[in-house]
Amino acid sequence: MTAYLLKRLAIGILTLLFASVVVFAVLEVVPGDPARLMLGMNATEDAVQALREQMGLNLPLVTRYVTWLAAFATGDFGRSLTYSVPVIDLVAERLVVSLPLALLALALSTVIAIPAGLFAAARRGRFADTATMGLAQVGVAIPNFWLALLLVYVFAVWLRLVPAGGFPGWGNGFWAGIKALLMPAVALALPQAAILARVTRSALIEVLGEDYIRTARAKGLPRRRVLWRHALRNALIPVLTIMGLQFAFLLAGTIIIENVFYLPGLGRLLFQAITQRDLIVVESVIMLLVAAVIVVNVLVDLSYAAVDPRLRTRR
Amino acid sequence: MKPMKSILAASLFVLATGVSAFAARSDLVLGIVLEPPHLDPTASAAAAVDEVVYANVFEGLTRIGPNGQVEPALAEKWDISEDGKTYTFHLHTGVKFHDGTGFDAEDVKFSLDRARADDSTNAQKGLFAAIDSVEVVDPATVKVMLKQPQGAFLYNMGWGDAVMVAPESAGTNKEKPVGTGPFKFENWAKGSSITIVKNPDYWGDAVALDKAEFRIVPDAAAAVPALLSGDVQAFPQFPAGDALPQVQADPRFKVVIGATEGETILATNNKKPPFDNIKVRQAIAHTLDRKAIIAGASAGGNGVPIGSHFSPANKDYIDLTGTYPHDIAKAKELMKEAGLENGFKATIKLPPPAYARDGGQIIASELKEIGIDLEIIPVEWAQWLEQVFKGKDYDLTIVSHTEPNDIGIYARKDYYFNYDNPEFDKVIADLDVTADPAKRSELLKTAQTILAKDAVNGFLFELPKVGVWDAKVEGLWENSPIQANDLTKVHWVD
Repeated sequence: MTAYLLKRLAIGILTLLFASVVVFAVLEVVPGDPARLMLGMNATEDAVQALREQMGLNLPLVTRYVTWLAAFATGDFGRSLTYSVPVIDLVAERLVVSLPLALLALALSTVIAIPAGLFAAARRGRFADTATMGLAQVGVAIPNFWLALLLVYVFAVWLRLVPAGGFPGWGNGFWAGIKALLMPAVALALPQAAILARVTRSALIEVLGEDYIRTARAKGLPRRRVLWRHALRNALIPVLTIMGLQFAFLLAGTIIIENVFYLPGLGRLLFQAITQRDLIVVESVIMLLVAAVIVVNVLVDLSYAAVDPRLRTRR
Repeated sequence: MKPMKSILAASLFVLATGVSAFAARSDLVLGIVLEPPHLDPTASAAAAVDEVVYANVFEGLTRIGPNGQVEPALAEKWDISEDGKTYTFHLHTGVKFHDGTGFDAEDVKFSLDRARADDSTNAQKGLFAAIDSVEVVDPATVKVMLKQPQGAFLYNMGWGDAVMVAPESAGTNKEKPVGTGPFKFENWAKGSSITIVKNPDYWGDAVALDKAEFRIVPDAAAAVPALLSGDVQAFPQFPAGDALPQVQADPRFKVVIGATEGETILATNNKKPPFDNIKVRQAIAHTLDRKAIIAGASAGGNGVPIGSHFSPANKDYIDLTGTYPHDIAKAKELMKEAGLENGFKATIKLPPPAYARDGGQIIASELKEIGIDLEIIPVEWAQWLEQVFKGKDYDLTIVSHTEPNDIGIYARKDYYFNYDNPEFDKVIADLDVTADPAKRSELLKTAQTILAKDAVNGFLFELPKVGVWDAKVEGLWENSPIQANDLTKVHWVD
């Protein structure tokens, strides 16, 4: 187990290094001068040069890369060029929105998808199956921003149950925060749940054809118990894989939903940083996201071992 | 007498609480599209900074009023010497910065010297270029000596880039702005909102609002539900042009169309063949159909046509839209005279705003009529600034020049239009040293005419300011002579 973890760690660090080179190189090639962007069209060349000097943009490329990477390795993620605050503060501010949102969406999606998948698989080929999977098909096809706008008009404009968008901050109470995140979470969760339900169903159907299921049924276990205890547990591996991928997406790939609900999340921070050519923020946020994806993948691998005892002993 | 007094006190108390129960609202949530990068107006060109802090948090010696006029601010009055080179400002006394430090002539000297220093990163350093020296006479009087008379000096001092800052807080204004204004900065939840609250120690007239929140709503589609649900009560610049009819039909809201200082132009590279040929530029001017462009590319079709680089809201404006009227036959003739009757290929680089992207489509199809085949290249702002503005690597582009009274940019050497006309330069140079309003007006009119005749750029329309707010809110600016959301006169009515 330790050897396995060490190996994963080494691969993770290599991936990070590779990502750092790619991110840095791409941002060098993309046209755009952060100093000119900040000062605008009316600024004199003097003022722009003074700002470039202040930002350290006039140093050679390699020097900048090495300084940045060395600082990053020691946990110093640099200062934002546009906001002139430490990047870590910016990320932390966004994470208090993005992380609960991702977790909420993932939880909702799981709560909907697993029972739906079980329900459909247990009634394979029958009307209930076709209907559930038909719904899931619709769920996959609906763009989440459209669903989001629909939710806003119904629940915020018409019923006035929740705010139309924005995030009041956790300082204004737990419920106020949850209320603001509820609709975006639903908008994110439904399409994800649709995919997850389909995966759950097909994984279950495959498992349900196995000999041990027939044995379990033959020894007299009730259908429900076979389904939940034997079949689901064995079908969980592909489901967990998809959930891992979805969580990584939910952390920063939610820019459109963040825009519709004007939530200050990680996706929007990254998007803004790219348009503003806030190089340090882009580089550091991407590196942190790469790290997060690596960690999530390791966790998913570890969870395989948790659901499947055979994987534990083999290593 | 005692019981009498307490009865009086009690009834006063009842009256007071009664009044406060019926008093108008004193909070306001405004929607803004762009989040400012920071909150220091002396260190950024971003309009988003001024849209939050100008006149609310920071004040200058003078200020620009709702209709573009210069008004006194921290300087109560001023004297100008005979030769127009010395301005003596008499400051208000008893003014305090929000951190409690006093404001006096030393702060004026500090602010102006800081803005014009060699290592200054002020985005509008040009505003201070005429200043020779700043001298403190006494705590309430400051003398500014100019190198030469400057007609627009008092106006320049009213820009957001020229606001007064204190040496104690100048370095931290980006994060925690400290000014002298009627509102104090309270909180900035990055990516979400910026809150300012009433400054109880303000030197001037107290404001009606106790609290104002600028909420960042970057998406046009999100602006409509934010307004309809009551979450946001005012969009000084409503981003969703398509939804205007829906909002206009709703009695809960006011739609106010005003003027901005944003000349939207088809900027042309005047040195790049064949655009260096005035006949080609004239042909383009004759081809542009402003009516169609305004209908398709300005918010709700509310743009005002322009014939030169000048705002129709300005008193010195002259209508030059008839210089080269929409006339395809004439345009084709001019193309023939230029030896280009078979047309040519060129590119048009379009930055992200809707006026550019939509306008570019319309203009490309219009220019096709006279044989100019445009390849549309969408670019980001960063690319636009790098390639078009700095590198001058472009044929045509569409952009709105939102700085007020910026006709002088056409006299700049190496500006991205690549326009060079000594006659025009002379007019601007004269203008710079003229203070007499009548003479200035004459010069400004000449300048407009030269640009229109030379067809330097395709002059399209003045960007409209489409404001939408709750029908019970009053005091927001109708026009936008500078980019600001001055909340000092804003109040709720019943």
